[in-house]
Amino acid sequence: MGTFFSIIIIAVFVNNFVVVQFLGICPFLGVSKKTNNALGMGIAVTLVMTITCLITYPIYEYLLVPNGLEYLEIIVFIFVIAALVQMIERAIKRFSPALYKAMGIYLPLITTNCAVLGVAELVIDKAQMMSLLGITSMNLGYAVLYGLFAGVGFTVSIVIMSGLREKIDHLRMPGPMKGFPITMMAACFMAMGFYVFNMIG
Amino acid sequence: MTGKRFKTIAFDGLLKNNPTLRLVLGTCPTLALSTAAFNGIGMGLAVTFILICSNVLISLLRKTIPNAVRIPAFVIIIATFVTIVRMVLDKFIPSLYDSMGVYLPLIVVNCIILGRAESFASKNKVLDSACDGLFTGLGFTCALTLIGAIREILGAGAIFGYTLWDFKIEFFTSSAGAFFVYGLSIAIFNAVYSKIENVRRSKTFALRIMPKPDVSAPDNLDPDAGNEENANATAEATAKEVK
Repeated sequence: MGTFFSIIIIAVFVNNFVVVQFLGICPFLGVSKKTNNALGMGIAVTLVMTITCLITYPIYEYLLVPNGLEYLEIIVFIFVIAALVQMIERAIKRFSPALYKAMGIYLPLITTNCAVLGVAELVIDKAQMMSLLGITSMNLGYAVLYGLFAGVGFTVSIVIMSGLREKIDHLRMPGPMKGFPITMMAACFMAMGFYVFNMIG
Repeated sequence: MTGKRFKTIAFDGLLKNNPTLRLVLGTCPTLALSTAAFNGIGMGLAVTFILICSNVLISLLRKTIPNAVRIPAFVIIIATFVTIVRMVLDKFIPSLYDSMGVYLPLIVVNCIILGRAESFASKNKVLDSACDGLFTGLGFTCALTLIGAIREILGAGAIFGYTLWDFKIEFFTSSAGAFFVYGLSIAIFNAVYSKIENVRRSKTFALRIMPKPDVSAPDNLDPDAGNEENANATAEATAKEVK
């Protein structure tokens, strides 16, 4: 139970995907203008990240490593992610048109989201994951758990960011600071906030 | 390819459409690998190499790849080159390979490369695409090295690994400092760029409202062709007439 709890804290806050590891910055800056959209994007990314870990970890572990094909990992992973996003899109469209309406536009963007390929690449690096999460052996369960809560961390930061941006847009500021620069400054203060979680240890 | 076209591509890639500072693309590696100037150069050159190769290959195949499956095809082409670069770096520059970590495979999903493939290489000739890849990549490299140098000097008191002084502000090497320096760089670059652009535009405008007979060729009024020379020529012509 303690391990479970510490993985949640580490994945969501201490090693937050966006502001600490800089993965998934594009949607963080691009889709964070309104809180509703940010939440939709966050949930869609979390879903894809979890399922990606569930599929790519066994592929790497039981298909690529025994056959000495580790160098194919990038091509295989990006292929799996593209196919997966396509399938999830079709499935949601078929079973829940309302959800598709809310989430559909974000799904195609997820294929080229660094966070998804990033989590797939991170969880296969066993030594790094074990030292990061403080566990003695790595398995599929931990990989999926890490994927899920890394996605939650992404959602948390993108939703906070959208809240900040809704306020920032109404402020007066020097011309060149408008747009991306001021968003970066807001992200800077968020990163300082998340830095405090490093003290938990 | 004419010299003028070459100039336009170079200007677009390095300044007007600088991927890092003007378009704000490829932000993940920019923020993560600008802790030191050398990492910036390494990442920048890796991206430049992949960008040139993928642009050339996609440009060669632009009539073969069916429109419906072009994005997956582009991604597979880019992933192949990333794999090659990864193997080469792992073998020959292991220190850089280690410091790039997870961001090396993530070049596959770098918006700059897919963006150039989609908007330039799939519509243009091979030589143009190669040049576009080269200059867009160099624009990325320069910006990344600049941000890396600022962060390294302020955060570690060093440049390219050589210690300058003992004074350090660790904020600049932390993740918050990355956002801070990057944000300020974008703001300053945009301010300077729009100022330069204004000067160019007003010069062109001045030429347009008072055209001299010897500035008859419409090419001379093009904003991308040397304005300085035109202005000088006009001034000289005016001086002669006055005499």
